[in-house]
Amino acid sequence: MTPLARKRLTRIALNTAGSLVFLFAIFPVYWMVATSFKANDQIFTTSFIPFPTHFTFEHLFGVLTEGVAGNSIWVYMRNSAVVAVGTVLVGSLFALLAATAVARFRFKGRTSFLITLLIVQMIPTEALLIPLFLNVRRLGLYDQLLGLIVIQVGLTLPFGIWMLRTFVAAVPKTLEEAAWIDGASRFTTFWKVLFPLVAPGLVATSIFSFITAWNDLIFALVLMKDTAGYTMPVALQFFFGQRGTDWGAIMATSTLMTLPVIAFFLLVQRRMVSGLVAGAVKG
Amino acid sequence: MTDTSTLARGGANTSAPRRRRGSRNHARGSGLPDWAVPYVLLVPGIVVIAGLLLWPMIQVFVMSFQSISLRVIRGVADPEWVGLDNYTKLFENDVFWSSLRNTVVFAAVTVSLTLVVGTAVGVLLNRLSKGMSTFVIIGIMCAWAVPPVAQGTIWRWLFDAEAGIINWALNLLPDWLSTLVLGRADWTGEPWLNDAWSVYVVLVLTVVWASFPFIAVSVLAGLKGIPAELYEAARVDGSSPWRTFRKITFPLLKPVFAVLTILSIIWDFKVFSQLYVLLNGPTNREAFNLSLFSFAEAFKAPPKMGTGAAIAVVLTLILLLVTAVYTRQMVKQEDLA
Repeated sequence: MTPLARKRLTRIALNTAGSLVFLFAIFPVYWMVATSFKANDQIFTTSFIPFPTHFTFEHLFGVLTEGVAGNSIWVYMRNSAVVAVGTVLVGSLFALLAATAVARFRFKGRTSFLITLLIVQMIPTEALLIPLFLNVRRLGLYDQLLGLIVIQVGLTLPFGIWMLRTFVAAVPKTLEEAAWIDGASRFTTFWKVLFPLVAPGLVATSIFSFITAWNDLIFALVLMKDTAGYTMPVALQFFFGQRGTDWGAIMATSTLMTLPVIAFFLLVQRRMVSGLVAGAVKG
Repeated sequence: MTDTSTLARGGANTSAPRRRRGSRNHARGSGLPDWAVPYVLLVPGIVVIAGLLLWPMIQVFVMSFQSISLRVIRGVADPEWVGLDNYTKLFENDVFWSSLRNTVVFAAVTVSLTLVVGTAVGVLLNRLSKGMSTFVIIGIMCAWAVPPVAQGTIWRWLFDAEAGIINWALNLLPDWLSTLVLGRADWTGEPWLNDAWSVYVVLVLTVVWASFPFIAVSVLAGLKGIPAELYEAARVDGSSPWRTFRKITFPLLKPVFAVLTILSIIWDFKVFSQLYVLLNGPTNREAFNLSLFSFAEAFKAPPKMGTGAAIAVVLTLILLLVTAVYTRQMVKQEDLA
């Protein structure tokens, strides 16, 4: 075999492998979306129907108007969004303050704080479910979205600080010093110099917190009682009813729950990775 | 003002500039002495972490030695101290041992599979052309982005007994091959989610599918940082691809692998949402893992929060033990100074 032919063969092999990986990853997602647009006779069948030839919006409209557990899917979407956005707003402010402290100052207790941050990330959050449930009840936040927000802020903060601190550290200190010498106050320096430069990192951290809060099942399951307060992951459980499973409606709901996350992911994919493995790769 | 500060900065007296700067801060409206600034910035973070993570951790430990009745949950009675009762009862419970086994075996299998598949895909991505690799990355990002509850739902649908596409696909296999490898030819109506063993087959697939992309993209990011000359040299020396991976790629990416392993272990030890959906809630006790078992004990009637707490403590201890070695390494590597 000539070197050229061999090279070509390698290329073909690599591209085939790449395509297979792509198909393996995308097919289940595609199947979810496809099922949600198929008419029931094409869903409940033992044959393979790759495309919804009997295309229908019936399931999508069904979940948006009729919904499940007595409410339209809009209600659950709104609840999920309230929790996720609330978590992001409070969480990123706290994370930014703490990240600035550890990235910009040398102080007593700094190393202990960072080690604590690392260790609390090892604690399985599911293990804290019982005490957090009782505490939320004691504080009178049971069955309130605010209770969920408080919990999610706690669960996402250590990672948020950890990720954001590398972004703050990456901003050259000389810029702040220049502003300082020009007579800017500490707050102005922070707000006008550091903040705009850290903003991309803040967006990445926020999206991470948003997704964590949006995806949560276990805390929403035990902290919300009234069906009108359910979030999307909890509401989805109610489709698996006694009357047999309405897969079209389930897949339509899953699609609605998944699309915003996919959009966010594609937006920040690069920073996600650099944030998650921050510190491991010296660059 | 400018004059004095210049003077002070140039002065030999070390205490003078400090005092001077302090007064300048005051003039600029922050009112805080320098040393206090980081502590003030840390206050919200410390309050949240202490109140929502560290304190509950202590609470769950204490609660594992208590009996918590409904009256305690309602806040009208105090918990009763029962010593090691929760633990002794737990260790006599068969469900605990099967949950423990499920948790550990599942984590071991899933972490290794995810790392192997993810690394292989990462190496592959590095060799693809730019357009092709972007295309594949977008595909795998979609899998990674699917929320855990939706992951469980999708795979439950793929493995559906009647209309699931997996049973359809398995029926496509030639009968002799299907019988030889899988022990049967007809898969119509095979209920995958009835028995603990096959539930875990589905769960492993679900979790590997959703988590290999992260490994792949991280490995790719690491690979991009390795100078091309090293590979060039290896090629000139006639090194085989496997040897190149072992002698160059792996050692250089060791820190990345350490982090990826530890993160995968943490994630896979406490899988909850996907299993919850696949089992349709805490129903089949044989298929419980520790997270689901703890949840079921504490929140299914009658609530046994003490036992649930004991299970949570066991889960946490195992996880901390497994990750302790890695954590130490990470603390050492990370430049905390």
